[in-house]
Amino acid sequence: MQAMIGAAFLAFLLFTSNPFLRAAMPPLDGHDLNPLLQDPGLAFHPPFLYLGYVGLSMSFSFAVAALIEGRVDAAWARWVRPWTLAAWMFLTIGIALGSWWAYYELGWGGFWFWDPVENASFMPWLIAAALLHSAIVVEKRESLKSWTILLAIMAFGFSLIGTFIVRSGLLTSVHAFASDPARGVFILAILAVAVGGALTLYAARAHAMEAKGVFSPVSRESALLANNVLLAVSCFVVFVGTMWPMVAEMAFDRKLSVGPPFFDLAFTPFMVALAMLLPIGAVMPWKRAQPGRAMAPLWGVLALSVALGALVWAMQTGGSALAPLGVALGAWVILGAGADLWQRAGGGRSGIAASLRRLPRLPGADWGRGLGHAGFGVTMLSIAGLTAWEVEDIRVVRVGESFEVAGYTFRLDKVEEAQGPNYLSTMGSFTASRDGRVLGVLTPEKRIYPVAQMPTTEAALRNSLAGDLYIVIGDPQQGGGWAVRTYIKPLVNWLWIGCTLMALGGVASLMDRRYRVAAGARRAPPVGIPAE
Amino acid sequence: MLKRLALLAISGELRCLVCRNESIDESNADLARDMRLLLRERLVAGDSDAEAVAYLVDRFGEYVLLRPKMTGENIALYAAGPVMLLVGFGIALAFVRRRRATEPAPAALSPEEEARLKDILER
Repeated sequence: MQAMIGAAFLAFLLFTSNPFLRAAMPPLDGHDLNPLLQDPGLAFHPPFLYLGYVGLSMSFSFAVAALIEGRVDAAWARWVRPWTLAAWMFLTIGIALGSWWAYYELGWGGFWFWDPVENASFMPWLIAAALLHSAIVVEKRESLKSWTILLAIMAFGFSLIGTFIVRSGLLTSVHAFASDPARGVFILAILAVAVGGALTLYAARAHAMEAKGVFSPVSRESALLANNVLLAVSCFVVFVGTMWPMVAEMAFDRKLSVGPPFFDLAFTPFMVALAMLLPIGAVMPWKRAQPGRAMAPLWGVLALSVALGALVWAMQTGGSALAPLGVALGAWVILGAGADLWQRAGGGRSGIAASLRRLPRLPGADWGRGLGHAGFGVTMLSIAGLTAWEVEDIRVVRVGESFEVAGYTFRLDKVEEAQGPNYLSTMGSFTASRDGRVLGVLTPEKRIYPVAQMPTTEAALRNSLAGDLYIVIGDPQQGGGWAVRTYIKPLVNWLWIGCTLMALGGVASLMDRRYRVAAGARRAPPVGIPAE
Repeated sequence: MLKRLALLAISGELRCLVCRNESIDESNADLARDMRLLLRERLVAGDSDAEAVAYLVDRFGEYVLLRPKMTGENIALYAAGPVMLLVGFGIALAFVRRRRATEPAPAALSPEEEARLKDILER
């Protein structure tokens, strides 16, 4: 009976909350006019983000239903987790696509700008990531219940705040296309009702959520708790940074900006801490761990990562400590994820061949964790390499001249006028070569869209796994020649490979047997995964 | 060359006033170019980095700084993260301790269970 009431509540909330959200997010019309947006990369990223936001409304509905029902148990967590996983996965894809689009289309070569709207998608992502992890604790150990509920509410809350930021025009952003104060007020009302209501309910009911499991300070529970604290606080930092200009203006009458330098400074330490803890946390057993035994498979990984970091340190002449640190951390996370998977498959104890055969048969959750964590490591590695080793060059080049950037030689062969379907283009042709070997021709453009009266720059890229060459052509200079910006961007493509891995991790986790088999049965015995 | 590196580094920290949320280093707008030129003039004239930035802030306002100054109310902005981290870990620690403290001693087996256990072990 209780189950039926629960199901009815769930269905009710699912169906009411979704149309609700659609009203809150009017279709993004009018895009066609802005030439920056005439690109397939753009067309794809909002739908994915949107799927993510809507997916989080499911988690929210589950949380509210659980509060009404006053019961949170393993079955609840097993219902919530696939939805959260899917939402998180779509957010990952959406953010990655958006970042990729910005990278190749906007023509200043960055991948992340800490723009309010980017932050708006990043905050739910962080909270959803925390929720994913804490829901595991609820599912396996029946602990951290009220915190998990709070996270589910916050995840959706931040989605709504994101909608509010995008549509209200309260904060200036490169994304503000259809902002309108009236819509902002409407969304704010929804935000107040949904999140305010949920939080009131939470305040009234949270004490009823009694945690069952007990655990010692050194255990997987604690590790996941640390993960949650770090993710939630890093989200808080992003939130404060995003809202600060508004707060400062309204409260202190100080008009100021909070830009990338601040976020880099304030946010990065959390990710570093997270990466340091991650591989250790992933191999910790539940309840009570013996640090020595849990770490046993990781010592080799740790040594190898430190050695890699040291190697980078030795190879680079001067430069910041960022690269060796980032490489060591990235390697630690990636190799740690590998070691964890290998350990799951028996760690070669019953023969390497046997372990290799067992590897593909590991539960989807294990693969999901391995891939997701490795993806995080790859992304970190790429960001560190990109930040530390990127080379930027600005100069005036005449047609026929050659110039050299970081070992690559570029020759400006010609500059031509061309006519596109709805724009006029000035296209430069550069021949890139290295050590006398021609790598290819890059053709950056400057376009003018007569209808919109808007100029855009189209960067030319030469992609490779080692890194991209990135050229932007600027204005013609007095006395002949063109302003040319050249970037060498090492490892940049691994950024999106890392995000893809993370999303694949989500897919693998979703395909885990326990969600297929046990999704319907409330009290089905846990499948797979021994507690070790 | 050094001057140019300094210019790049500084102009990445200043906001273009025309565009939304772009630094003057990234922006293609005329104003951003003027600001870059102004910055270069000051540096060439012998200003230190800080002086050159202060010169621009005097004219364009605090708004141009992408890295907010660590003064007055802004200290709250910078402190928010670390403080929240301490609070978070404090709560987490308290939670972990409580979890451990409430761990009940394993209940002794009843006589029947003892008998059954013995039975099973001897079988």
